[in-house]
Amino acid sequence: MEIHVTINGKQHLWQEPPGEILLNVLRKHGFNSVKFGCGEGECGACSILLDGKSVRACLLVAGQVHGREIVTAEGLGTVDDPHPIQQAFVDSGAVQCGFCTPGMVLSTKALLDKEPEPDRARIKQALDGNLCRCTGYVKIIDAVEKAAERMKR
Amino acid sequence: MSPKRQFQVVGKSVPKKDSMALATGGPMFTADMLPPKYLVARVLRSPHAHARISSIDSSKAEALDGVHAVLHHGNTPRVMRTTAGQGAPEPSPYDFTTFDNKVRFVGDRVAAVAAENAQIAEKALSLIEVEYEVLDPILEVRDALLPGAPVIHDEPDCRVVIPVPYEPSRNLASHVDMVVGDLDAGYEQADLVIDHEYECQYAQHCPIEPHVCLAEPMPDGRLRLTTSTQVPFHVRRIVAQAMQWPVSKIHVVKPRIGGGFGTKQEVLIEDVAAFLAVRTRMPVLFELDRSEEFTSRTRHPMVVRLKTGVKKDGSLTAVDLNVLSNTGAYGSHALTVSCNCGSKVLPLYRWPNIGFAADAVYTNMPVAGAYRGYGATQAYIAMEIQMDEIATSLGMDPLEFRRANLVRKGETSPVFKALGEGREGVDQAIESIGIDKCLRLGAKAIGWKRNRGRPGKGRFRRGVGMCCLMQGSSIPEVDMGSASLKLNEDGSFNLLVGATDLGTGSDTVLSQIAAEVLGVDIDKILVYSSDTDLTPFDVGAYASSTTYLSGEAVRKAALDIATQIRKVASAMMQKPLKDLHLKDGHVIAKDGQSLGLDRIALRTLYEEDQHQIAAFASHVTKKSPPPFSAHFAQVTVDIMTGMVKVEKYVTATDCGTAINPQLAEGQVEGAVVNGLSYALCEEFLFDENGRMKNDSFGQYRIFSSRDVPEMETILVPTYEKTGPFGAKSVSEIGINGPIPTISNAIFDAVGIRLRTSPFTPERVLQALDTQENLHR
Repeated sequence: MEIHVTINGKQHLWQEPPGEILLNVLRKHGFNSVKFGCGEGECGACSILLDGKSVRACLLVAGQVHGREIVTAEGLGTVDDPHPIQQAFVDSGAVQCGFCTPGMVLSTKALLDKEPEPDRARIKQALDGNLCRCTGYVKIIDAVEKAAERMKR
Repeated sequence: MSPKRQFQVVGKSVPKKDSMALATGGPMFTADMLPPKYLVARVLRSPHAHARISSIDSSKAEALDGVHAVLHHGNTPRVMRTTAGQGAPEPSPYDFTTFDNKVRFVGDRVAAVAAENAQIAEKALSLIEVEYEVLDPILEVRDALLPGAPVIHDEPDCRVVIPVPYEPSRNLASHVDMVVGDLDAGYEQADLVIDHEYECQYAQHCPIEPHVCLAEPMPDGRLRLTTSTQVPFHVRRIVAQAMQWPVSKIHVVKPRIGGGFGTKQEVLIEDVAAFLAVRTRMPVLFELDRSEEFTSRTRHPMVVRLKTGVKKDGSLTAVDLNVLSNTGAYGSHALTVSCNCGSKVLPLYRWPNIGFAADAVYTNMPVAGAYRGYGATQAYIAMEIQMDEIATSLGMDPLEFRRANLVRKGETSPVFKALGEGREGVDQAIESIGIDKCLRLGAKAIGWKRNRGRPGKGRFRRGVGMCCLMQGSSIPEVDMGSASLKLNEDGSFNLLVGATDLGTGSDTVLSQIAAEVLGVDIDKILVYSSDTDLTPFDVGAYASSTTYLSGEAVRKAALDIATQIRKVASAMMQKPLKDLHLKDGHVIAKDGQSLGLDRIALRTLYEEDQHQIAAFASHVTKKSPPPFSAHFAQVTVDIMTGMVKVEKYVTATDCGTAINPQLAEGQVEGAVVNGLSYALCEEFLFDENGRMKNDSFGQYRIFSSRDVPEMETILVPTYEKTGPFGAKSVSEIGINGPIPTISNAIFDAVGIRLRTSPFTPERVLQALDTQENLHR
């Protein structure tokens, strides 16, 4: 089937058999920041922004994103021109192995777009669906606070 | 007294070098590096805990369109070895071959398929016809050594390759014991003898990236393995062994890896990918799914019996630590994890008489292996709960009781010499120890005196608990790390290390060490690690070794190249060598004259006295200096539901000099939260056939951001003079604390001693129900 989708501001046309998992299709098309961690929607490593909401790409089939807008971590910023959230993750020491980081960054974006000044309890709740085994979350929560503060200015 | 040092780069929380590339989603992991055409591998796994494969027919699977190869014991070589990913000769038994004619746990390998996509591969697995002769399994660790128990490794070719006890005929995968002093006399002198059993459960590391390997046949006949490993050089050696190939035909590359924690020390999937790639002459991707990851490798569950003797005044007379370790179906790390139960735990206190014995036994359960903490985690549960029990029985403050008995600076422990890893250990004196300050700062942060013994009334009872810990830094006189450095024409340096950054930030820490010696900004250090063709050897990321061991190799190489640079500068500047030092990217003379490193490089590369300024160094440690830590927790116990909530968790850790304090804190915090998750919710649930029932994140819950308590992470600097710029290790120690600390806090809150983890609401309620006094 034909799927028209906007990814990181660019139009894409995919030809995919029905039922293809969105995670696999995104990765096949080079969006490698979307990670396979569990395939069951439990770990959040495949988080993307779909029309601004953080969702799990492993739980969607590609056909479900027809006509919609996706943002991945690649689309937020680059090494030379990072998004303030990405910069805050780096500055706070919130990146260890980095495998969960793209998903964490996107869930943070979804949160801050809606609530620019979340407290720590709200941050913990908002990132609940993104598992990290390296950091103990402390510096990730710090990073979200730091990003919120910087983006307010 | 620690020397006062001024550092330029060391001790600074510079951002982790790869963190921006990771945060912006760069394609840096194994599964991001796929060639245009590749095959997908899948493994058929045993539905039985214990069975002989009486026949296997893969003809239908092989005939399926899109299937390129099917492997099983009938068409692969039988080479007994271990998956443990240790140095050679390995201390783990050779009880494993790539495909065997026997299966020993639910999930054991039966066959593997390479196909054009995952769907075809799955279909092919279903077409493999296997007949099993089902055997009685051992599904309870205490049954393994009973006379008449089924023999799990009855194959005649399983063996050990170092001289250690190994009796597969009675399911004994390893045994170690030691006695120092006279235990009987020790207990006779005691006014109080306490003797209890403590038990901890199966758990999995849960790296968010499962094991993944890409095997690619190269045009020159070699094989390249891009793999999520902690031990690239051991992968090369062990895959070569399995394939009966020379090491030189295999090239292992470790890209970024998505967490390891020990499970990626195992060489678990590379052999399958390699055999399939060679058989099909195509690239093969083998990636575990999450359920396979759960039963890939685990923490060794243990029953630890601890008996201690003390006098009324709180002085120690004897300790006897007995371990029964469940290594599951294979003996990976069985012996060395057992050894660590003693060697990382017993030296912490000044025991005059010491007994230690550990059996690791085979069962038909998931295979245990290396897991952060590595035996120390399990044994500290017993030690640090029992230290609390002693203090309570003596009416002493548990903190003061510990403080009075802790090892002191300049002292040693006979255990260091008696217990190594599969052989005698190495004697060492404790020369850097900040535990006293850790206790003081940690106690203050948790409000120890103020909050202890005040549970309050009503449904929610509050308690505080604490523990003391040590670990090691590398395996002395065994592990080796090496590094090379070369100077480029813009004054930057290539730093090549075999050391393996598994997300810990070791590439950054090692760069900081080089930058400090060379007087350059960290951006001038271009670090490349873990590539068996390009980087020098390193044992890999385990045993809390990288900063202390590989860091010293880097420092030595940097000192060497600094001298070479100064020699060239001496000729160029017409100054005596001794008057020159490196700072801010320049060689600076006593009189203030300076010369840029770029000038020195340009001259030696293009102009005069042409040569590549480069250095190379290796390091083996003579000691394994322990980091020390004190942990404190404040918990609330809901006596209606049994729910334990950790309100606040404080750690104070002496890791010597923290080369990068932010990364060091991150190691402690990550380890602690993993430990909290293990203490409160992680456990394997098995059905009656030994199958893990909860092999998904939906059913096996690990801590998420929502579960994290208020945390305070204190670093207490000391200076370990044998480590690079005073550094010791930090990555493992933190995981050892949560279980005993929380158990002790629960005791303070509600008066129950939990000696079996995890402390689930059911277990807490059960203990509360059997306790008479609470509701009075």
